[in-house]
Amino acid sequence: MKYLKLLISLVLTGAIFYGLDSKFGSIPPLGKFLNPYNGIWQNETDESIEGELIIEGLADEVIVHYDEALIPHVFAQNDKDLYRAQGYITAKHRLWQLEFQTYAAAGRLSEIVGEAAIEYDKRERRRGMGYGAEMAIEKMKSDPVTYNLVESYAAGVNSYINSLDPKDYPVEYKLLNYKPEPWTINKTALLLMYMTKMLAGGDDDLEYTNTLQLLGKENFDFLLPDFFDITDPVIPKETDWSYIDVPQTPTPFSELPQDTIAFKIAEKPHPDNGSNNWAVSGSKSYSGNPILANDPHLGLNLPSIWFVMQLSTPDHNSFGATLPGALGVISGFNEYIAWGETNATRDVLDWYKIEFNEDRSMYRHDGQWKPVTIRTETIKVKGGETVTDSVLYTHHGPVMYDINFMDDNPRSGYAMKWTGHMGGNNQKTFIELNKGKNYEDYVNALKNYVAPAQNFVFASTEGDIALWIQGLLPNKWEGQGKFLLDGSNPEHDWQGFIPQEFNAHTKNPERGFVSSANQHPVDEAYPYYVFNDGYETYRNRVINDFFNSKDSFDIQDFKELHNNNFNLKASELVPYMLEHMNKDGFNENEQRVFNEMSNWKFNNDLDEVGPSIWRSWWYNLYQMVWDELDSEDIALSKPYDYQTIYALTKFPEHDFMDIVETTDTKETAHDLFRLSFEKAVVNLMEWQEKNGAYNWNNYKGTYAGHLLQGLPAFSRFDIPIGGDRSIVNATSKNHGPSWRMIVEMTSPPTALGIYPGGQSGNPGSKYYDNFISDWAAGEYLELNFMPSASNATGTISTQTLKPLQ
Amino acid sequence: MNKTLVNLIITIVLAYIFSALGMDWWSVMLAASVTAYIIPLKGFKVFLMPFLGILLFWGLSAYLLSSANDFILAKQIGVLFSLGENPYLVILITGIIGGLAAGIAAIFGKQLRSLRSKS
Repeated sequence: MKYLKLLISLVLTGAIFYGLDSKFGSIPPLGKFLNPYNGIWQNETDESIEGELIIEGLADEVIVHYDEALIPHVFAQNDKDLYRAQGYITAKHRLWQLEFQTYAAAGRLSEIVGEAAIEYDKRERRRGMGYGAEMAIEKMKSDPVTYNLVESYAAGVNSYINSLDPKDYPVEYKLLNYKPEPWTINKTALLLMYMTKMLAGGDDDLEYTNTLQLLGKENFDFLLPDFFDITDPVIPKETDWSYIDVPQTPTPFSELPQDTIAFKIAEKPHPDNGSNNWAVSGSKSYSGNPILANDPHLGLNLPSIWFVMQLSTPDHNSFGATLPGALGVISGFNEYIAWGETNATRDVLDWYKIEFNEDRSMYRHDGQWKPVTIRTETIKVKGGETVTDSVLYTHHGPVMYDINFMDDNPRSGYAMKWTGHMGGNNQKTFIELNKGKNYEDYVNALKNYVAPAQNFVFASTEGDIALWIQGLLPNKWEGQGKFLLDGSNPEHDWQGFIPQEFNAHTKNPERGFVSSANQHPVDEAYPYYVFNDGYETYRNRVINDFFNSKDSFDIQDFKELHNNNFNLKASELVPYMLEHMNKDGFNENEQRVFNEMSNWKFNNDLDEVGPSIWRSWWYNLYQMVWDELDSEDIALSKPYDYQTIYALTKFPEHDFMDIVETTDTKETAHDLFRLSFEKAVVNLMEWQEKNGAYNWNNYKGTYAGHLLQGLPAFSRFDIPIGGDRSIVNATSKNHGPSWRMIVEMTSPPTALGIYPGGQSGNPGSKYYDNFISDWAAGEYLELNFMPSASNATGTISTQTLKPLQ
Repeated sequence: MNKTLVNLIITIVLAYIFSALGMDWWSVMLAASVTAYIIPLKGFKVFLMPFLGILLFWGLSAYLLSSANDFILAKQIGVLFSLGENPYLVILITGIIGGLAAGIAAIFGKQLRSLRSKS
């Protein structure tokens, strides 16, 4: 009997140990997770920012002053120490994010979250993310200086990781029950790939191909033109291109593959990924100093994608937004120059139809069979069996879609050609910008930059302003890569690249300002084929109109422009709709909403109802107009908003306006205005019933979601901020200005900055989300640009990193 | 001092010492079973005393850590567990988890002791 009792109690003890030490589904191991010694209670604190620390590998002491925003001001004696310290400090505040983003880039999320991520991981592997990172490392190796610094950064991150006990791991590790692994150079390369995918990993070639097959060329060109009837390009129209002496690739006389792609096409980057930047010259500035601004629009996540730092050596002193995982300041300034980026989308991702031989060891090209190379991807899965996937590589690039992924034809596949695979020393560009002193340094720094192509805005204390569109951009023949290309035809291969010096740029233009907002880089006069599926058409015009509207601009003007909520898109359609729609026989709600709409001044401010009505109305109208393009079987492209409004107002009787379902009537645009309005009112009333007043603040419901699938506990909801996509204040529900910066080129520069997050990655820190309210209110932090370690004011604490003696 | 109270105190003291030595969360199970072995109690108290002891120890430790930081994280963990922004509930659950583990481990310690004493 007593042995039985002993046995039972032993089993019970074992069971409770196992039960509390293991993870079940999404429930963390409760004993590990909740105990006060090394569970989450140890994260209920801010990071330590005082005292002295020994960091192996440092050559000299590094002083880190923290200001009240928890911004570290790092003062090192040389570059190697500086970037080692950057790695260490970044890891200290953002370790989980730092690592998680590179797992996501590498297609390794299954290792953390299990089976649910296999599909995602496969896709990222097939996209060649790891391959691209390897190419970038090869490139970096040819530049020992950069390579050394990236190694130092890695060593700094590892110094921090090695200093940790399990109790110190960020809370996400405890929740998911895993631990950090060593940081490597490869991870920096992967982080840069993550950004490249985010900003230059989208294309609609396959959808375009399907749409062309369905509609024919005439209708296709009407709906999806290369240029809209207005362009206000990044590089001013009046630019003289006569110095360009390398011609565009001549167009071959060959056919495009007639293909309809019937499989599901992999998820794309967020269509609103984009940004604003601008700079005014001294002549247009209230003080005579150029002023520069930047606000990159990305997903609103916590921890934020940006981490603000000052990075200083006796040789240079830079300040601004860094990307955890990359070296140097990405959008910021130093004592002499300021820089910032917006995405310069261009079609740098093309698809080639591949024909395989019987056993898929060869593919057809230039009349011959050429061997494929196989890259075996091994995906480890938490709590499951390892998955292997063989990805076939052609000289174009990886065959993403084939019989092993989405498609079902054993003899064909779709290979991608992408500048993201070409390897670039992008890191060098940023390291050199951080040290730049003038326009020449800026231009030289940009030369190394490959992808994602960016509009690099520039201003200097010497008084120059400039904007270069920089990236490795293929010199395409007219129309090349807009649709699926023939992978066997060498004429369809990329024939070369636009020489770097002929990348479009402008320096000190007569109009006294430069700006970019993801619109067309140039107009048709630029002598190369410039195409991208979708350029922004609204923010750029509001920005340029503003800078053309008067002669002098001050900091307040810049702030107001960042926070400008004018909805140009709505203003170009709503008056037309209100005028031309049938207004007879409204019910009570319709009449009220109609009146509300008539009173709207087109500002997407918090307390307005107009923006909510507009969104609902536009959504329903858009669905009705393009019902011809609804398909469950194949992926199609629908026209952009600008072209939709163009069609609605200029061709209201066009066949596309007809609703296909109603076979007995033929609707016009004017009919659609009324029909979609009625539907919008019903939607709004339903929404109101459930959620209360439909003012813009409530209706939009802006939030910043935690990087781990938006985990509500660590996310912030109902952030009171106006704006929307296509508005200069581009804040939509979960996307928007991820960093706002204004720099006046005084000597030294005076700067403001803010982002929707906080410096700490720890949800248990008061610095986790403390910038959000100020950001939403359109306020900024004054960036405390400390001249030197000994001449520092406004510090709340200092930490000294010491070399191992 | 009665045996019950001694058991309670020794359990807490041992658990504290183990944690100070850097041992993992299951050291409360060790503390409870060792205590149950050297100071055996009878009936339900075998479970109840270490349960209360560790509930108190973990609950208080968690409270002290959390209150020093305005319960910022505890509130979020409450949301994570769908308990709402209630830090005290999270602290209570922490205590109960530790207490349960300790109580059950104590039963095992006690059974081990009975084996020796009666043979």
